[in-house]
Amino acid sequence: MYYCVPAEKRLVGAAQAARLVFIRTPELPVPLDKDQVHHIAMLARLKLTDEEYAESVEKLSKIVDFIDQLSQAQTDGVVPMAHPLDAAQRLRPDAISEIDERDTYQENAPAVSGGLYLVPKVIE
Amino acid sequence: MTELHSQTLTELAIGLESGDFTSVELTQALLDRVAEHNDKLNAFVTITADEALATAARADAARETGSGGVLNGLPIIHKDIFCTRGIRTTCGSKMLENFVSPYDATVVEKLSAAGAVVLGKSNMDEFAMGSSTETSYFGPVRNPWNLDCTPGGSSGGSSAAVAARIAPAATGTDTGGSIRQPASLTGTVGIKPTYGRVSRYGMIAFASSLDQAGVITRSAEDAARLLGVMAGFDARDSTSIDQPVPDYTLSIGDSIKGLRVGIVREHFDAGLDQQTGARVREAIAVLESLGATTVEVSLPNLDLSVPTYYVVAPAECSSNLSRFDGVRFGHRAEDPEDLLDLYCRSRGEGFGDEVKRRIMTGTYVLSAGYYDAYYLKAQQVRRLIADDFKKAFANVDVIAGPTTPSPAFKLGDKVDDPITMYLNDIYTIGANLAGLPAMSVPCGLVDDLPVGLHLVGAHFTEEILLRFAHQYQQQTDFHTACPEAFK
Repeated sequence: MYYCVPAEKRLVGAAQAARLVFIRTPELPVPLDKDQVHHIAMLARLKLTDEEYAESVEKLSKIVDFIDQLSQAQTDGVVPMAHPLDAAQRLRPDAISEIDERDTYQENAPAVSGGLYLVPKVIE
Repeated sequence: MTELHSQTLTELAIGLESGDFTSVELTQALLDRVAEHNDKLNAFVTITADEALATAARADAARETGSGGVLNGLPIIHKDIFCTRGIRTTCGSKMLENFVSPYDATVVEKLSAAGAVVLGKSNMDEFAMGSSTETSYFGPVRNPWNLDCTPGGSSGGSSAAVAARIAPAATGTDTGGSIRQPASLTGTVGIKPTYGRVSRYGMIAFASSLDQAGVITRSAEDAARLLGVMAGFDARDSTSIDQPVPDYTLSIGDSIKGLRVGIVREHFDAGLDQQTGARVREAIAVLESLGATTVEVSLPNLDLSVPTYYVVAPAECSSNLSRFDGVRFGHRAEDPEDLLDLYCRSRGEGFGDEVKRRIMTGTYVLSAGYYDAYYLKAQQVRRLIADDFKKAFANVDVIAGPTTPSPAFKLGDKVDDPITMYLNDIYTIGANLAGLPAMSVPCGLVDDLPVGLHLVGAHFTEEILLRFAHQYQQQTDFHTACPEAFK
């Protein structure tokens, strides 16, 4: 069974990925801990309640344990399949095909002003 | 005359054409059924009575002048995952509770252009993530065969409404079995066509390399009629396939004599409820009696299809659902401290438990250091599974087996254990991973609950699947069975 262990016992961003190491271990599973779930939730931009955290640790650990079965598959040299028909991305001429429907689209926006979407202040 | 609600789409089309009744009369009769039964079933998120009656009146006028489309005046329901202009589209989520789409999905556009009358939007698992409709923000749907049981999911509102004779047909979507499993559990017909056959434009995305639209109906003939209208190339869907659409109704009457039916031995292993297995074997015997031959086939990697799916689908879902940020549309948290707080709280409040779980699973398998071990690995196993099917279809025309491991389960039974819930899709997920067309056909009852025969075909062989199903339905009457309380 291969899995990776983050250097600081938590998931890390892309910039720190180089510090991850793969170790081989016969034991299963790899339960997630609360810190890891916190970090995943942060990456996913999800605020969870304390109760949700406790439940997520338990259920996500089960799910990770379940998908770990894949490590048993012999996949040397198998080309990953991204599209069920192996079709290539279709291209179209680089021409404007949309009409301006900003006002219509913004009817669904929670907060707009003068055609702009409003968010909390980002720059002081 | 048989009561209007008891008739199939094809029968209703003939009735309208011969002037036995008008579309307004038919639509009103079905809206009365909605009013009578929806409180029990919770199959609808939105009922569009006024719009339906107005469309029906236009259809009747068009019939007078001979200008109606092929579905002129026929009532249907749309799963609430399809965007409908001017009518809210919730996707079963608090996140989109008040979302009104500024445009129609291609499926909606095509069915409306053919004259279909939309009775409303059907309830579903939140963002189509679930197999029981219990993850819907609007509460679970109940199975007309037993109100304590699930009608399946995610297209459970569609399956319940068709089974309860509230509508002759409903649209659905299928990412891992979300049309076929609910069809199986409610005694209806459900078809998921080949990936790319029906446009995904305006269909709220869950897992884009797996999502495919289809229909739930009472007969294979009705499914053929609707699929022909829905299918076809759409430039607005980047994975839409540009291939001509056959008239599926033309070939369903052809014999299946000499066609080969693949049987996967592992499908009938210990994981399958014995009585369900018996009904499926009886159905296969009927196909043999019609001249089809059976051949044993092997899908050696199929047991990895569920774990593969639960890497690929959450990965794609975590990307697709990143669009919900509380800024442009959807739920927005009140009084955010800063932009990060706005994102995190809007998403934390707007999404339900299962959706959050899948987003986090997807985030995990795509995160730095885990990508190769999970996502890349899953894409490789996906290839192995697809190759198994390819090899099998070199020798057979369809693969037949059970749609689900058992009949409908009780609401609440599996809600606390995601893995048990996920395993309900064990027979259906392979077709999504490989992009194959597949359908479920009612094949009998187990303890007064319906079960389905699952048919899978090679790419773009919907005609063959529909032919098998229609020929089977000429010999059997399981598809005409109706739950007692909804006759």
